Amino acid sequence: MSEAEIKNLEAQFDAKIARDEKIEPKDWMPEKYRKTHIRQISQHAHSEIVGMLPEGNWITRAPSLRRKVALLAKVQDEAGHGLYLYSACETLGITREQLYEDLHSGKAKYSSIFNYPTMTWADMGAIGWLVDGAAIINQVPLCSTSFGPYARAMVRVCKEESFHQRQGYEIMLSLCNGSEEQKEMAQDALNRWWWPSLMMLGPTDAASTHTEQSMKWKLKRKTNDELRQQFIDQTVPQAELLGLTIPDPDLKWNDEKGSYDFGAIDWDEFWQVVKGHGPMNKKRLDDRRNAWNDGAWVREAATAYAAKQKLKKEETAQAV
Amino acid sequence: MSQEIPLWEVFIRSKNGLEHRHCGSLHAEDAEMAMNNARDVYTRRNEGVSIWVVESKNITASSPEASGELFEPATDKVYRHPTFYELPEELKHM
Repeated sequence: MSEAEIKNLEAQFDAKIARDEKIEPKDWMPEKYRKTHIRQISQHAHSEIVGMLPEGNWITRAPSLRRKVALLAKVQDEAGHGLYLYSACETLGITREQLYEDLHSGKAKYSSIFNYPTMTWADMGAIGWLVDGAAIINQVPLCSTSFGPYARAMVRVCKEESFHQRQGYEIMLSLCNGSEEQKEMAQDALNRWWWPSLMMLGPTDAASTHTEQSMKWKLKRKTNDELRQQFIDQTVPQAELLGLTIPDPDLKWNDEKGSYDFGAIDWDEFWQVVKGHGPMNKKRLDDRRNAWNDGAWVREAATAYAAKQKLKKEETAQAV
Repeated sequence: MSQEIPLWEVFIRSKNGLEHRHCGSLHAEDAEMAMNNARDVYTRRNEGVSIWVVESKNITASSPEASGELFEPATDKVYRHPTFYELPEELKHM
């Protein structure tokens, strides 16, 4: 294809997105659109899968059967969300094996938040409330993103996600209505998860390299700073309802702009974690690799069984 | 062992009276495994009363490049629509 032809196709493509038409897998798309989507959707899928690990840590130690079934269901949902997203990503012409390999080799990223440890039961509450809360804010606008399979996956994810946040908040509520010690546990969890949750919504608009292009492709419909402000504004009253204090001395309602002002975020910490130096980066990747390697015999057995069944069927058909 | 496990497309009937609709895909070695996985991945909240799984390679799809020749012939056949016909306003029940 000549350069002029590509330019022409690109112009048609941009116009299509501007008209709010969806792009489907077999449609022509600029190579950069394909690559950016593979990067973002796979990052999202990896986050769901790695996101199971910090919570898996507490399934066997949940304080009651009610909490245990809820946590199990939440973690199972996350596996499901990972699968929806991997499938969407594969429609762009990358294999599942390649996606896993990129995660296991450290080439692909996943959300920085999952590189923090889950130290107490209260962390299950804080994760559901804050981390899933931030995820929902990020995901709702993606339901109308331009790439059809991604948008459809996000609709399913968002439908299922709201129970996650509610179960987390309920855990916090029980702790806050409990003993002094339990309330301290809840406060401690909020103290540790607050800032990483704010960072999870991504670097500031000024430092974000992909924002402009992503907005044009509707891969992003609000900037990181807008999403962060929305998260803070809706979460502060929820903390008040719990009787907990947000660990930010600079947090203050600003009447004029109709939203909260907040303190400086430690972006050095964020970049350290993104680059692999968070408290749990190594453990998370080791766990993923082990799960993949230890599960190899299951995949091999399934392949062998399917081959054997097929052969049997063919033999029976011949005999008849 | 680097052969990809086959890809399947999943279709769900959400309730009797409605058609099966495509809802996503998954990997499975055979139809039985695809069915079991489809149940776990796509119907965790009573989303369906019936599941179809079809191995993706068995689907023949039209190509977007052929959209013109396939679908454009229909756009100039306005006489296939009821609004094409000019009838008096007093005419009722038609």
